[in-house]
Amino acid sequence: MIEIQNVRKSFGSLEVLKGIDLTVHKGEVVTIIGGSGSGKSTLLTCINGLEPIASGRIVVDGIDVHGKGTNLDALRSKIGIVFQQWNAFPHYTGLENVMLAPRKVLGLTRQAAEEIALKHLTAVGLADKLTVYPTRLSGGQQQRMAIARALAMSPEYMLFDEVTSALDPMLVGEVLDTLRMLASQGMTMICVTHEMKFAREVSDRVAFFHRGVMAEIAPPDALFGAPREPETRAFLAATH
Amino acid sequence: MFNYSFRWNQALAALPQMLDGARVTLGIALQSMAIGLVLAVVLTLCRRSGNWFAAAIATGWVEIARNTPGLFQIYMAHFGLGAFGIHLSPFTALLSGIAFNNAGYLAENFRGALTAIPETQTRAARSLGLSGGQTFQLIVLPQMLRIAFLPTTNQMVWAILMTSLGVTVGMNADLAGVTQELNARSFRTFEFFAIAAVIYYLITKAVTLAARLVAWRLFIY
Ligand SMILES: Nc1ncnc2c1ncn2[C@@H]1O[C@H](COP(=O)(O)OP(=O)(O)OP(=O)(O)O)[C@@H](O)[C@H]1O
Ligand SMILES: [Mg+2]
Repeated sequence: MIEIQNVRKSFGSLEVLKGIDLTVHKGEVVTIIGGSGSGKSTLLTCINGLEPIASGRIVVDGIDVHGKGTNLDALRSKIGIVFQQWNAFPHYTGLENVMLAPRKVLGLTRQAAEEIALKHLTAVGLADKLTVYPTRLSGGQQQRMAIARALAMSPEYMLFDEVTSALDPMLVGEVLDTLRMLASQGMTMICVTHEMKFAREVSDRVAFFHRGVMAEIAPPDALFGAPREPETRAFLAATH
Repeated sequence: MFNYSFRWNQALAALPQMLDGARVTLGIALQSMAIGLVLAVVLTLCRRSGNWFAAAIATGWVEIARNTPGLFQIYMAHFGLGAFGIHLSPFTALLSGIAFNNAGYLAENFRGALTAIPETQTRAARSLGLSGGQTFQLIVLPQMLRIAFLPTTNQMVWAILMTSLGVTVGMNADLAGVTQELNARSFRTFEFFAIAAVIYYLITKAVTLAARLVAWRLFIY
């Protein structure tokens, strides 16, 4: 369970998160939608402790992420995150990218790590790209590789930050299919996305962010069908 | 007015001796690069450490190495340390001086290379649970060394040429030292130094070529 309690966060004098409350239960898929700069990416990087917070608490499986003495490396190994920008390690092949963390963080043998990497690369349709360096992969393939890399750690949670936004439309489908597959397998997920159709289809709940505030959260039918807040209505009208 | 007659026989007869000197020169250059690379990584870590004391020492090192003559750095290793009762042999003084210089220049090259590695690489690595140390060693360092490879090759050439400053601290086993002694005995100045120049040229060309081969084998991505 991820519990976000009254989280505030600023960059300099700019308050980016203004008291966010959100609880995500095991097996739940929550998508976050909202305008550019509303704090969506920032919230994700706070959840895995990449960014500090000013006040409030984020608790993952009972562990206070920003608490003193929290072993962040251990915590992060069970929270997978895939970013907006592609971030394959250019000096490792597809297989090596995925094997790295299982070997170095989980301490698996080369053989065991390779088996796991192979399984996840196959699941995302990259079984034929094992020895290829990321520069030779398309954007969609790099993004699926990044998903396989995160999944190879057997995370209990997956955070996705607009994983399709840097892709051309032809490639969006293949990455969304991968996310759908994960959702259907019961993975607990928080997905920041601009793909409204996708959000409607896979989410248990959809959260709308507006200027650092979670203006509204509801099941997809309610949020898309009958938004309560005027900001939500305006945002949805603009994106259609 | 021009009454110097060229006589090459004597100089050519000394070629084996000069080639021995060349081997010593290459040896010093290679050792100074190995030491310099390790020190440059340490300096880079110091500058990134967030510890102001370590960062200040590293920055001071880089500043002195890059903004004072190499000759001065070798003199300091020999005569400067001598004033504090630390007496280095000409070989050790020369090696230390060049390694000091290499470390400074390489550290500066590394700093430039680091700015070319996107912050997202570190974020992605830390997100997978890799520690800060693992992230540097496995993700940042290999990419940094690749980006800095060409300037590193240049520094190697520079190190080879700097070894000739050893004559000023009494180094007599390297190519410049051997040549200087032969010259002092025979006064065939032009011949000896011309041959030495050709040998220096061939060494640096060979090293540049070897570096290119290494890069081609190493950087397949
Ligand atoms: N490292 C940073 N330093 C300073 N300001 C930042 C930093 N990261 C984000 N910001 C600012 O914080 C605000 C929220 O950024 P964030 O990336 O969370 O928005 P977002 O909702 O993900 O937007 P988008 O849909 O464009 O990705 C923005 O105004 C952004 O400029
Ligand atoms: Mg964002």
